[in-house]
Amino acid sequence: MSTALSRPSFAERHAAALRQARFFAWSFARSPSSMLGLAIVLGFFLLAAFGPWIVPYPADATGAMNLANRLQPPSTAHWFGTDEMGNDLYTRVVLATRTSLWVGLTIVGVATLVGVPLGIAAGYFGGVVRSVIMRLTDVFLSVPGIVLALAIVAALGPGILNGIIALSIVWWPGYVRLVEAKALSLRNEPFVEAARAVGASHARILAVHILPNCASPIIVKASMDMGLAILAAASLGFIGLGAKPPAPEWGAMISVARTYMPNWWWYAVFPGLAIYLTVLGFNLFGDGLRDILDPKSNRG
Amino acid sequence: MLAFVLKRLALTGLMLFGLVCITFVVSNVAPSDPAALAAGPDATRDMVETIRREYGLDRPLHEQFLRYVAGLLQGDLGRSIVTTRPVSVDLARYFPATLELVLLSMTLGVLLGVPLGMASAVLKNRAPDHLTRFVAVSLVALPAFWFGILLQLLFSVHLEWLPTSGRLDVATPPPPPITGMILFDSAVAGQWATFRDAVSHAVLPALVLSFPCLASILRVNRAEMIEVLSSDYVTAARAHGVPPLRVVCVHALRNAMLPTLAIIGLRWGWMLGSTVLVETVFDWPGIGLYAVSAAIAGDFKPVMGVTLLIGLNFMIANLVVDILYGVLDPRLRTSS
Amino acid sequence: MTPLLDIRGYRLAFDGFEGRAHVLDGIDLRVEAGETVGIVGETGCGKSVLARSIARLVEMPPGRVLGGSIRFGGEDVFAMDGRALARLRGHGVAMIFQDPMTYLNPVFSVGSQMVDVIRAHDRAEGKPRRTRAAAREAAAALLGAVRLPEPERLLDRYPHELSGGMRQRVLIAMALAGNPRLLVADEPTTALDVTIQAQVLRLIGELVAERGLTLLLISHDLGVIGALCRRIVVMYAGTVVEDAEAATLFARPRHPYTRGLLAAVPDLARPDRRARPIPGHIPNLLDPPSGCRFHPRCPLAVTRCAAEKPGLREVDGRRVACHRAEDAAA
Repeated sequence: MSTALSRPSFAERHAAALRQARFFAWSFARSPSSMLGLAIVLGFFLLAAFGPWIVPYPADATGAMNLANRLQPPSTAHWFGTDEMGNDLYTRVVLATRTSLWVGLTIVGVATLVGVPLGIAAGYFGGVVRSVIMRLTDVFLSVPGIVLALAIVAALGPGILNGIIALSIVWWPGYVRLVEAKALSLRNEPFVEAARAVGASHARILAVHILPNCASPIIVKASMDMGLAILAAASLGFIGLGAKPPAPEWGAMISVARTYMPNWWWYAVFPGLAIYLTVLGFNLFGDGLRDILDPKSNRG
Repeated sequence: MLAFVLKRLALTGLMLFGLVCITFVVSNVAPSDPAALAAGPDATRDMVETIRREYGLDRPLHEQFLRYVAGLLQGDLGRSIVTTRPVSVDLARYFPATLELVLLSMTLGVLLGVPLGMASAVLKNRAPDHLTRFVAVSLVALPAFWFGILLQLLFSVHLEWLPTSGRLDVATPPPPPITGMILFDSAVAGQWATFRDAVSHAVLPALVLSFPCLASILRVNRAEMIEVLSSDYVTAARAHGVPPLRVVCVHALRNAMLPTLAIIGLRWGWMLGSTVLVETVFDWPGIGLYAVSAAIAGDFKPVMGVTLLIGLNFMIANLVVDILYGVLDPRLRTSS
Repeated sequence: MTPLLDIRGYRLAFDGFEGRAHVLDGIDLRVEAGETVGIVGETGCGKSVLARSIARLVEMPPGRVLGGSIRFGGEDVFAMDGRALARLRGHGVAMIFQDPMTYLNPVFSVGSQMVDVIRAHDRAEGKPRRTRAAAREAAAALLGAVRLPEPERLLDRYPHELSGGMRQRVLIAMALAGNPRLLVADEPTTALDVTIQAQVLRLIGELVAERGLTLLLISHDLGVIGALCRRIVVMYAGTVVEDAEAATLFARPRHPYTRGLLAAVPDLARPDRRARPIPGHIPNLLDPPSGCRFHPRCPLAVTRCAAEKPGLREVDGRRVACHRAEDAAA
């Protein structure tokens, strides 16, 4: 019998985690809609990354004037047609991807960075801390995000940056609500009580036990919210309070296009299609993630 | 039960106060000068200062806040610069149109969402279920303002079946106002031509507005039904010979309806919010369109008034849902 | 004469992420009208799935029938249409389940659930449906039959207001509503307190005697089975290993697993004799052992046991599935 202990290989040490990961991948790949979502999301990220190199008329992004070409229907030269300035709509729609993904990432990023710590604090510490945080959250959640954002943008003045600020301000409470419920239920789990019993500090318990166990619902919500935040930002653009033309942004493009309805239909159709596909992709992806990571929850 | 309702009412009051604080803060962080805005672009410095004093905008913030709250308690939401009427008067004038639209959409959402969710759950992981889920996600992803335009293109411009926008044709005589909801008022007055015209105007906006609501009702109902259908008491009902349709539509649905109800309450508020977009597309003269036109003009008071009104609606809806929960769930009825 | 329940070569599997779990592997079981049969085996041996299969309550997919048949009263259960199935459930086969906490619908009163079941039976049997009031009276009578006090008042109570024992009695009353020909009780006392267990067992025993019910009792507890059943079927890893009269089985177990099971029960009357657990583990049903599924744990195993699956055969006045049954006499 050998006494030397051979160090277990990576696969052996992480057998459980690897098995779990394989299970997630298997479940995810089994759902056609999840895979479609993943494909769309990847596609839009690629467009955002390589857009400037693949579009036919990069100069049109900043609003060049080319009035001879204005409002041309879709053709081989201009796949999505041209707008009232004669700019190529395909170029502008593709380049707006980057704006929208940035906007989505920023809003969701700020919301998680603010909401998650507050939610964990509320759920884990309870008492007065919880009351104050949750009441504040409830107040914010009592008005639909788009309305509060509208009010904030009206006060700050229109513009894409103000739109992002407004949407970030209205977006974090959702994460507080989500994380608080989870942290509250985790607080009384035997493994957390055990950690407390052996004298682990609050910071350690929060970092090692609470946060990782909240991760699944946060990831799911964040991926769904990417789509919804992009939609909300585009809505502000449509109302005329978000991005301002000629900066390429889908919502703002539709806002202008409305005045050219119904004769110049393509102007509104393609930017809208881009919004729809992006949001659809993130939602399908998030929905698929939820089915495997967080099957118990089913908030609409 | 009474204690529970009173407690919830107190909490609602607290939340409303919180919301008032938020609207006050938001209107006072504004970099633009409301006095200058109210005075108009050609006003002299003196005129602006006069208006500033008149509106109390020269007072310290806490005094302004107290005046603001005191005004709210008397139903004074300020005056709109654009319409020059008090905001409360405008809201009373525009809210019925929005209420009509939201009620219609909510009805559509529930009538379509609940059965589709049930069907999807029963046929879980089969083709119709995949399709329904895909449609549900699509409906959330559809930008209301864009899809509204597409529907207008198809049904109003191309097919010429439905009017593009507004609530009534110019030529249609409006019904005598009772509630301000044209569908209701014209039906009461027996003006069926007006009723038909109102319906044809309301179809498209109500449909577009109902989509996100329909989708979330569908999803929640599906998820709940799946869970309930795999529960022990459903197995027991089956084993005891209760017919399959009755198991699904009575035994399971009653349990699945509770979370669905919560979503309906939540969606009531969100729907009022979405009117901001839908009413803009369809020129529907409700509070959403009112808020948007005011926001673009930099006229805060109407925007804050609409925000408060929607927040109040949301709180009342949730209060009603909580009470209904107590009525429908026997476990809560006895424990509270 | 056709037996009331006739299961032949029934094979059932579940498909999942890790592959196909062979949960039942060729079950042969016949139950005559009037018999009291107990099925005993460890958790996961497939006894509950077998019980649910009889009323076609196993969800397919993920379940999948790989072979064999289940006949009830001569009729193939898997070939039944909706009407026949409605007659089978509750009227042919009635079930009592393990956990009375979760088998009653929380949002309906006891009365409305029972009325629903009673009226469903009327419809399934093609009789005119009783009025709600008449069904309510019948429900009260049933609650009285399971020895619940004040049945009229109980009808208006909700499940969460009742104790575990009361709920199990309500479930038994619901099972009796259709005058079932076969009562399947799946671990009916496992979730109850020990004192309540004895009451519920006595109640089931009395009902079986009063109404001449055929009973199929499923339990991991030989004591529970011995108290109510004349005949005992021992299951191991999805197979029937021994099927004998209770007295015969207790006196002279023939299958090595049965012997292990009996030896594992602590005997309060003989404290000198220590309970001996069976060595080894329950097999992985994704990849079950070849031949006899018990052979890796069997003290008598020979090479043949790993190669050839033993069928049930008559040995010493019982049916046993073991190549070495003759050598396994105690």
